[in-house]
Amino acid sequence: MEKKLVWTKKDLLGLEYLSAEEIEFILYTAEGFKEVTTRQIKKVPALRGKTVMNLFYEPSTRTRTSFELAAKRLSADVINISVEASSVKKGETLIDTGRNMEALKIDVLVVRHSSSGAPNILARAVGSSIVNAGDGWHEHPTQALLDMFTLKSKLGRIEGLNVSIIGDIAHSRVARSNIWGLTKLGAKVTVCAPRMLIPVGIEKMGVKATDDLNEALEGADAINVLRMQFERDAAVAFPSKMEYFRQYGITTERLKKCKPDIVVMHPGPINRGIEMSSEVADGPNSVILEQVTNGIAVRMAALYLVSHAKKAS
Amino acid sequence: MRYLIKNGRVVDPANNIDSVMDLLITDGKIAEAGKDIKAPADVIIDASGKIVAPGLVDMHTHLREPGREDKETVRTGTIAALCGGYTSIACMPNTEPAIDNVKMVKTLKDIIKKDALTNVFIIGAITEERRGIKIADIRGMKEEGVSAFSDDGSSVDDERVLLEALKTAKKEGTIIIEHCEDIKISANGVINEGFMSTKMGLRGIPKRAEYERVKRDIELAKKASARIHIAHVSCKESVEAIRKAKQEGVGVTAETCPHYFALTEECCATYDTNTKMNPPLRTKEDAEAIKEALKDGTIDVIATDHAPHTDSEKDVEFDFAPFGVIGLETALSITAMELVEKGILSWKDLIIKMSLAPARILNIDRGDLKKGKAADIAIIDPSGAYVYEKEKIRSKSKNSPFIGWPLKVKVSEIFVSGELVMKEGAVISGS
Amino acid sequence: MTLKEKTKILDKETMDKSLERISHEIVEKVKSVEDIAIIGIKNRGAYLAVRVTDKIAKIVGKRPPLGALDITLYRDDLTQVAEQPVVHATEIDFSIDGKKIILVDDVLFTGRTIRCALDALIDFGRPSQIQLAVLIDRGHRELPIRADYVGKNVPTSLKEVVEVRLQEVDGKDEVMLCEKAE
Repeated sequence: MEKKLVWTKKDLLGLEYLSAEEIEFILYTAEGFKEVTTRQIKKVPALRGKTVMNLFYEPSTRTRTSFELAAKRLSADVINISVEASSVKKGETLIDTGRNMEALKIDVLVVRHSSSGAPNILARAVGSSIVNAGDGWHEHPTQALLDMFTLKSKLGRIEGLNVSIIGDIAHSRVARSNIWGLTKLGAKVTVCAPRMLIPVGIEKMGVKATDDLNEALEGADAINVLRMQFERDAAVAFPSKMEYFRQYGITTERLKKCKPDIVVMHPGPINRGIEMSSEVADGPNSVILEQVTNGIAVRMAALYLVSHAKKAS
Repeated sequence: MRYLIKNGRVVDPANNIDSVMDLLITDGKIAEAGKDIKAPADVIIDASGKIVAPGLVDMHTHLREPGREDKETVRTGTIAALCGGYTSIACMPNTEPAIDNVKMVKTLKDIIKKDALTNVFIIGAITEERRGIKIADIRGMKEEGVSAFSDDGSSVDDERVLLEALKTAKKEGTIIIEHCEDIKISANGVINEGFMSTKMGLRGIPKRAEYERVKRDIELAKKASARIHIAHVSCKESVEAIRKAKQEGVGVTAETCPHYFALTEECCATYDTNTKMNPPLRTKEDAEAIKEALKDGTIDVIATDHAPHTDSEKDVEFDFAPFGVIGLETALSITAMELVEKGILSWKDLIIKMSLAPARILNIDRGDLKKGKAADIAIIDPSGAYVYEKEKIRSKSKNSPFIGWPLKVKVSEIFVSGELVMKEGAVISGS
Repeated sequence: MTLKEKTKILDKETMDKSLERISHEIVEKVKSVEDIAIIGIKNRGAYLAVRVTDKIAKIVGKRPPLGALDITLYRDDLTQVAEQPVVHATEIDFSIDGKKIILVDDVLFTGRTIRCALDALIDFGRPSQIQLAVLIDRGHRELPIRADYVGKNVPTSLKEVVEVRLQEVDGKDEVMLCEKAE
């Protein structure tokens, strides 16, 4: 299939800001990069001589490693910086840090931050390309892209699929990015969470909202099970982890009532026995490990495209 | 100096005047108002095509002096005020330290005497250090000339404390201005709770945080049989509560700010912290309700809530930026463009909302161009057009949501106590 | 940039004859079809590679392995290219180690595309030999690269453009010599 599109965006801040064609184009480009990851020599010179920095204000080994590998496979030079959250208040402002990195001629800043909108603010202040690796509750675009890439590779399409996102929707950037991406590509999205964790007005994003897991599972072609974070606000809604597992945990029993080839996804890391049982995590419907593999190809595509963005004429 | 302002459209709602006529200023006062004044004058100003009105009165400004002179001073704040057509401003007491006792009032009065280019009226704190626990020396401060009392920035959480303050205010013949916010509900919110907060992944401030407090405060004012003024009304439900209270005869007055009828929460989409203020920008529906309330008199005053913050404080993540935007320089333009031009208010209504009504609520003798009154006059050019550029902002801080907007209406000349203080944006030295 | 057509260099029949001749030449030079693999350079080179492979299969009775190579990621001129190149997937599902690779492309010009293809192939493995077959050689080499099999040599000026059109992509088979019109 021939795909033609001129990529004009120097930043990847969120799927809200991309058109359906642009999202399709990233997924198409990722196909080309997936092939690279299956070679003996997993390297192409596409970003040779460019510098990519992982600027992580929130700790994260797996996303950071994924971006690091993606950048290295593109032959870029990679630097990792972990910023202690407290230094934000004590020391350098985000924009000052961004400007310093720009002065070091860093081409791409991959930013993870606990404040929603931090990458947006950086993108305005700084000429380097900004790739959002997760900002507060706002967006995690490469995660949603790899989720959709995985769905497409398993089910052949996104359009018309019934996809349910289950978990703490209110505080989830993975949920928001997935909602944007899936709805733009024509999927029917349902979000499922305890009432308190369904944010105000979420239906306006084009989804159905329910607190009944059975309703969310019925007729679903795929489910995306989110990580339950008990250390944050979410703790208010549930007295115990057992309680959550009982009401919202994905078990083999529950899957029996679903389509036999339902795709089960999770952004990781999994809390076994809380969001899903070990059997489901390791079972035949789970594509969790494929998501991780696909993450590299998708992030290579993201880094490649923002680095070669053409100025819109 | 005797000034003769000729052929301007004099809009003076206090005296039911809206017609083309001349105005003579002598000895700091209005000497005469009428057609074709022949009296001699030192300076004749041709105001044809312009509006001649009582200088605007802002009953809600933050001047930041003493304590945060990096954000604004009495001098820079009053210069900004003049640009916006204001000849009187009332400053809130949330300075460092707060204006919560006679000594601080005196200190501030000295600064005002030395540096202010407009009249500056002082609003004192309701409680000591604005902590909402112990009532401050309201009587002493009133005797020292304070015009009203508010803990603005904070609401008085304890009902008993507010009730006592209302009773004291009534006894002393002054008024309480309440910033209505229940912080147990607003918690750590940074933007209106609704679709935008969900979409942007930001913690929302539910409207209840405001309107439930408005309802509570109205009840307390009723109980105390005292007047109360509700600051910066932002939402439909607050408007409905105030309307109902007024119908019942409660002595409540209310103000709103230009950003609550000119902007909505959608303006926050880019995470521009110059759209972050408290109460936050609300929905289109709320903006329409505010406009309706201004039209039917439910909201009496348009104030600025001018809240300067430095670039380095605002240029950060949305979560961490302080709340507040400046507004002295743009209030007149925005109100004229959004309300007068669109037929919601007349120029007469605008002068009432921005000059006469606030003067009356604060019980200061301004907003009136009757013979013998202080000559605080703004000559307004309704056809003046400009782009509001950051570099040209006169306030020391530049945190405005209107930067880059093409604006209409300029102030050409402005008089304070009969002296020409500013002309075409330039301060006249020696004033 | 608009192109003005000048002359037709090859038509459907002559194009087919050229590819036929190239296929015979390849078979002649190689000891055994077992040793070779045909790899076309995307986009049009890949389609030509399919035709060459089909022809060889007819001549010898055996199909050599066929692959398609996307060289976008190896280009050294990405910032200068006016039109943004799109990354397509490379399809080589066999090992190239020890094989004699016949690279197939439509037009040989500066030689830079072939240099990219060589870089890409080296990353895939260690072929015993790499040869080049092109439909048109238009001269103006900027690198020391030459073709082993040529359909037609066409001297051109730098103002001219050689347009190869294929049934699979453009709806017809022909090669046009065009001129850049300002």
